Amino acid sequence: MAIKDYIRERFFPHMWCPGCGHGIVLNSLLRAVEELGMSKNEIVMVSGIGCSSRISGYLDFHTLHTIHGRALAFATGVKLSRPELNLIVPMGDGDALAIGGNHFIHAARRNIDLTAIVMNNRIYGMTGGQFSPLSGCGVMATTAPFATVDQSFDVAELAKAAGATFVARSTTYHVQQLTKLLREAILHEGFSVVEVLTQCPTYFGRRNKQGGAVEMMKWFKDNTTPVGSKAKQENPALIERGIFVQKEMPEYCKAYDQVIERAQKGK
Amino acid sequence: MAEVQTKPKLKEHRINRAWCKGCGICVAFCPKQVLELDDQDKAVAVRPEDCIACKLCELRCPDLAIEIITE
Ligand SMILES: Cc1ncc(C[n+]2csc(CCOP(=O)(O)OP(=O)(O)O)c2C)c(N)n1
Ligand code: SF4
Ligand code: SF4
Ligand code: SF4
Ligand SMILES: [Mg+2]
Repeated sequence: MAIKDYIRERFFPHMWCPGCGHGIVLNSLLRAVEELGMSKNEIVMVSGIGCSSRISGYLDFHTLHTIHGRALAFATGVKLSRPELNLIVPMGDGDALAIGGNHFIHAARRNIDLTAIVMNNRIYGMTGGQFSPLSGCGVMATTAPFATVDQSFDVAELAKAAGATFVARSTTYHVQQLTKLLREAILHEGFSVVEVLTQCPTYFGRRNKQGGAVEMMKWFKDNTTPVGSKAKQENPALIERGIFVQKEMPEYCKAYDQVIERAQKGK
Repeated sequence: MAEVQTKPKLKEHRINRAWCKGCGICVAFCPKQVLELDDQDKAVAVRPEDCIACKLCELRCPDLAIEIITE
């Protein structure tokens, strides 16, 4: 199927600002799904609220646009009732790890077979540029006019510690890697997390004098390195890209099926 | 027998002017400087003969506005 067959063309051009990285995540995801040869009917996309969450409106899968921070909770319900479907849950950094932080760690702990995509632009884009738990120290935001003093989460470390069985990271600059990681995350049986460093030129870029979309993507190129590279040893400030965790553990829906079986036997 | 791998050859840059928002991402990261923005801030292929059909512009466009058609 051509990638255009997976979108709702009537809603294009989309609402994202010029150069918004969320569009590149959409682009890469379309290619991952196309390369896997999936049909639109076997995918359910569940999103919350945020610029990132608007992605579900543009894709012609089964889609649920739910409430801020709760996408994983809705997705858990869908997956438990229809475990044969593939659940993809795109979230913003605020959505996934501020208001939705608890849902995030518990979905990871259960190892339920969902694909979580954290579209990390380090800012609340939709509501006008407030800082998020992923902004990190020294970031300018509408709610931090003299810069943030908050440390940020490392999404990959957090997901790993909480029990996710597939954890990866890439950026909107590294689109070929991103497509490959999304493909693997979808195929993985268990809770998978793909963090994507993505640009919000309108709020993050402008306030932090990072330039426009092009300069922000160059920053991703210059400040990231493949997992386990020599460059990382020489410069610990570099952010690693690639797969951090890929392991097999009992999946939640499968485990729950056994409970049902036991209950039906009455023992 | 190994098959002869011929590189895909460019036929056309299909640019959707209604969807292009002029972000310049395709222009900045084209390895062969094939693309430019015109006076309406829309991407155009000004040096199509230099295009190596790597498709990086297509893969990085946030607006799905550029497509590389190969022979
Ligand atoms: C329960 C609730 N609280 C707050 C909001 C307001 N709100 C909407 S989107 C958003 C944050 C968006 O940031 P992020 O999740 O990072 O997504 P982005 O827009 O950056 O893609 C907030 C706080 C809301 N819609 N619902
Ligand atoms: S405000 Fe930021 S995140 Fe939202 S569409 Fe614009 S660039 Fe993208
Ligand atoms: S990347 Fe896409 S939207 Fe941006 S200038 Fe090129 S064609 Fe237009
Ligand atoms: S296909 Fe590659 S070489 Fe051709 S215009 Fe696009 S980025 Fe440039
Ligand atoms: Mg955000």
